[in-house]
Formats: sequence, structure tokens, C-alpha cells
Amino acid sequence: MKTPHRLWLGTALIGLTLLALPFALAYAGTAWVRIANFAILYILLALGLNIVVGFAGLLDLGYVAFYAVGAYTYALLASPHFDLHLPFWVIVPIGAALAAFFGLLLGAPTLKLRGDYLAIVTLGFGEIVRIFLNNLSRPVNITNGPQGVTGIDPFRIDGFDFAQYQTLLGLQFSGPIKYYYLLLAVVIAVIVINLRLQNSRIGRAWEAIREDEIAASAMGINTRNVKLLAFAMGASFGGLAGGMFSAMQAFISPESFVLVESIMVVSMVVLGGMGNVWGVILGALLLSFVPEILRWTVQPLQEALLGRQLVDPEVIRMLIFGLALVLVMLFRPAGLLPSAVRKRELTGQAA
Amino acid sequence: MDTFLQQLVNGLTAGSVYAVVALGYTMVYGIIQLINFAHGEVVMIGAMVAFTVINALAPTGLSPLAVVLVGTACAIPVCMLVGYSMERLAYRPLRSAPRLAPLITAIGVSILLQHLAMLVWSRNVLAFPQIIDNTSYTLGGASITNVQLAIIAVCVALMGGLALLVYRTQLGTAMRATAQNPHVAGLMGVDVNRVIAATFVIGAALGAVAGVLYGTYYGVAQYTMGSILGLKAFSAAVLGGIGNIPGAMLGGVLLGLVEALGAGYIGDLSDLCAYGWIADLMGEQCEAGHFILFGSNYQDVFAFLVLILVLVFRPSGLLGERVGDRA
Repeated sequence: MKTPHRLWLGTALIGLTLLALPFALAYAGTAWVRIANFAILYILLALGLNIVVGFAGLLDLGYVAFYAVGAYTYALLASPHFDLHLPFWVIVPIGAALAAFFGLLLGAPTLKLRGDYLAIVTLGFGEIVRIFLNNLSRPVNITNGPQGVTGIDPFRIDGFDFAQYQTLLGLQFSGPIKYYYLLLAVVIAVIVINLRLQNSRIGRAWEAIREDEIAASAMGINTRNVKLLAFAMGASFGGLAGGMFSAMQAFISPESFVLVESIMVVSMVVLGGMGNVWGVILGALLLSFVPEILRWTVQPLQEALLGRQLVDPEVIRMLIFGLALVLVMLFRPAGLLPSAVRKRELTGQAA
Repeated sequence: MDTFLQQLVNGLTAGSVYAVVALGYTMVYGIIQLINFAHGEVVMIGAMVAFTVINALAPTGLSPLAVVLVGTACAIPVCMLVGYSMERLAYRPLRSAPRLAPLITAIGVSILLQHLAMLVWSRNVLAFPQIIDNTSYTLGGASITNVQLAIIAVCVALMGGLALLVYRTQLGTAMRATAQNPHVAGLMGVDVNRVIAATFVIGAALGAVAGVLYGTYYGVAQYTMGSILGLKAFSAAVLGGIGNIPGAMLGGVLLGLVEALGAGYIGDLSDLCAYGWIADLMGEQCEAGHFILFGSNYQDVFAFLVLILVLVFRPSGLLGERVGDRA
């Protein structure tokens, strides 16, 4: 039994660790700070998708489309491509809203479909968005096609530039470290929103729909609107993450928004535990860090043992994703950290 | 008119391959209501195995037909084994689980197969060796090659064979019975597990042949080819009415035609300068000639558009019973 006192102590410890983490990682190399940033970005995406898949029970395989919408919105409105340089606090909300709009656009005609059909349609939607990004360079150059958009502005508030190296209070802040703190703040806000959502009126409505749509509508829930809301909300988190990705990378191309990315985020949600915020975070962290750790261990190991690189780390990463999906479904269908309700449902007792 | 006939021929060729792949989806769906996401990867493995064999045999000077036949003969058992193992290891344990679980497993199997194939064959494209002499025949303004003719013929034969199997043999009867109600079929003495495994194996064998045909048609095979082909074939199956065998055949051919005609005409149709009043509005931009909004590089979009439109307006497909909204 946790006493409030110990809870506060635990929170403070975790908080301090998170604050100190980028400096510890920077010792190992800036690459690791970047990896941590991407892990947080994936947590954002996974939490957004969790609203759709975990809370409302709608399998969305085209989630990356919303990520792309956010990223391209930011890239086009803050880069030399159109010579627009709007400030980020204007564009990021626009990107999130546009992504939510796309979520509605996709959701409206498809939500009456059964789960597996919905999955395929969303997948098709994701591919359509990618094909358009790839080809909307002619006859009017909007997305710059496969070359992507370069020279995207970093986040900037007055003189404070997130991409620049700076010494503050005697500590050296590199670009990635600054983004780390920004991302951390955003992700904490999103976690709080998610936790609050789960037990809200809407959250319970989602859960009811997931469990039994007919019963839910009999209880007076407007299933269509509530499902659309899940889609739009999930999408807006995707758009938010996309905007941050764009600013952080300063370069985006359709290559970053392929089907595999969608599947990766789905894997994170499924592995961690659909519907459980902490589970999803765990899933995102595991699937972001384990492949990187493998990249740093397996490759030297291969070269030491065999003298050459036999297996590409990228392949190992994908094999892990595939295996994780299959094994989790076979042996622990509710994920590593299951949500109580979801566990009951996925282990088949209340099917 | 020439474009029309030519695209008709091209669409028919691609469509008949889609139809054979779609059969694999529809048979499995009809019997256990699972979208076997990994079926596209089975097709890919079929093409890769066959291409490896064909490339090895090409310098021996055997007749091209024999080379392709041996290649296909090697691909079929490999694919059957893959199909059987995925059913046995990944799907069977989940048969009574809620439907999201097998679907997610299927996605996992698909990623696994795709990247295992990459381990085996690397990222490189396998090319079809130059062993077949392409002869074209002219057919009322359109040309059709011997390869296209062969592909259409093989696909028709496969579909006919499958129809015979399903509607005329004991196994086919057992399959149809299991599709209607597995429990009752079991009570009637049908070995349900065996029938389901057989469905996977037959679908995989069809997929293997389709993979060889598709690869031969386009001249290349790569570890990524399965996902987009699989999606298109799935769209075809849905178009025809998923679970319905004649529907998959019809859907495949139709999808091929839609895609080919769409790609053939979208450029002309979306050329803003072809429309008088818009051309006037555009003024000097049209003096150069064309202002094409969407070119044939949007070809892949058609399959998805068809899929979305069918699911929204007629979820049961053209020939299927209404299933799209069953909970």
C-alpha cells in the first residue's frame, strides 16, 4: 500500500532522474540524447493511437498519416520552401487541428465498418496520403515530392533558439537537450490529459463502445460522435508529434511516413497493453530503446565474431516488431502491463 | 480507342493475377473470418523462390518454359509450407480469441516474413533473366504479348481448377460446410482443423503461382512487393464480396481494369487545359500545352479508393452477402 508520502518521494525521484537524464546520456554521445527524444516522440504517438485503439477499440493502421499531416503543415509553413516562417506556437496547433480534421475525414465514412475492415481502410488511407505527398510536386510544387522539405525552422522564441548550443546557469545545453526538455514537458501534459480522459465521461463512453457497441448506444451514447471524437483526438496528438518531429529534424520527406511507422506505433500500443497509459509508455520505451541497444551491441558482436556485418540492425529491429506482435498476442494478449478491463476482454472471458 | 483497348489488355492481365491472389484472402476469410495480412508475403516468397531458381537455371540453356515451370514447381511447396506453418503456429491458437488478436498477429507474421525474406535475399531486386522472346500480337489496335496471354490463360485455369475443387470434391464440400458453421461441420464428421489448414495451403499454392506470374509480368521481384500487391488483392476480394469465391475472381479482374483504365485516362481527365473555361481562366499557363493535376503515378491510389468506396457504399461487395457491419 502506497502512502501519499512515499508516492511524492517516488514522483520526485523519477522527476529528478528525467531532468538529469539528458546530461547522463550526453556523456555517452549526443546520438543517445536524440534516441531519447525519438523515444519521447514515439510515446506521444503511441499515446495518441492508444486513444483510438486502446480506449475506443478501433484498430487504426494508417496513424502515420496524421503524423505526416502535422509534420508537413509545420514544414510548409516554416521553411524556405514557400518562404514562410510562422512562429511554432501558431503552426503546431494548426497542424494538430488539421490532423484532427483529417481524422474526421477518414472516420466519418468508415466508422460504421467492423473492426478488421476499419483496419484495412485506415491502412489504405495512410498509403493514399503518402502517395499524395510523394506526387504533389507537379504541376504545382506543394510538397516537393520525394526530395522532401529541407531547412525547416527550429522552434524559436524571440532569441531562444532550440537548435542552438547554449550555456545556461553554467550548464551546457545542446540542441537535442533543449528539445528533450520541451518534449518531456509536452509528453507529461499529454500523459496527464490521457489519464484524465480515461476516467472522464468520454473515456467511459469509449470503453462502453469498445465492450459492446449496441449496449452502449442503448445506454444513450451517441456512438458515431464519440467514435469520431476518438479519431479526431488521436489524430491531433499525431499531428502534434509530427510538428515537433519536423522542427527537430529540420528535414522531412515521404520516406518518414511509410506503413512500417504505423505498424511500429501499433506494436508499441499492443506490446505495452492496449488501453493502459503506463503500459503504452512502457511499450514505446521498449520498442524505441531495445533496437538501439541491439544496434550498438549486435553489430560489434557480429564484426568481432564473423568479421563482417551479417545482419542489418534495421532488419533486427523489424524482426523484433513482428515477433513482439505475434508473441504478445499468443502468450499475453492484453500486453505487458494490461488494463484491467482490456485484460478481461482479450483473454476471452467476456467475449 | 487504341489507348482504351491497350489498357483493357493490360488491366485484364494484372487483374487476373489480382484475382488469383484475392482467392487466397477470400478463402481464408470465408472459412475463419480472418484477414490474412500475411498472404501478400506468401506471394512475395513464391516469386522470390521461383526467381532464384529461374536465375540459376537460365544459363543452362533449358527451354524458357521448362525453366519457369521448374521455378514455379519449387515455389509452390515452399509457399504451402509457409502457409501451413503460419496457420498452425500463429492463427490456430487464437481461433477462439476476439478478432482483433488474430488480425494483429497476422500483421506481425507479415512483418516477420517480409524481413526474413530480406535476410535471405537482401534488399536487392531480383530480375527476371532475358530468356523469353516477347512476341506481340496485334488485336484490333492493341498489342498483346505472349507473356500476357500465358498469364491470363494460367489464371483462368487456376480459377477453374479451384472452382472444381470447391464445388465438386469432398474437400470442397467440407470447406464450404466449415465456412457456414464450423461446429456443425465438426459434428458431421468434418475434421475442421484439417480443412482450415488445407484452405491455407491451397491459398498459399495459388499465391505462389500468382507471385511467379506477377514477377514475370513486371520482370522484377523484391522483398517489399508483397505488401502493395496483397493490399490490392484484398481490395479486389472486398470488391467482389469477401468470402465469396466467384466474387474474388470478378473483383480481381474489375480492379485490374479500373486501375489500368484509371492510370490511362487520369492524366487526360485532370488536364485542366482540356476544359475550355478553365483553360481560359488559366490563360498563359495553358499556352505551353498541358496542366495535368494527376498523372499515372497515382495508379496505386485507385485500388484504395475502390476499397474505401465499396466498404462505404456496399460493404457486402458485388456478389457477397452483407457482412460489413456484423459486430
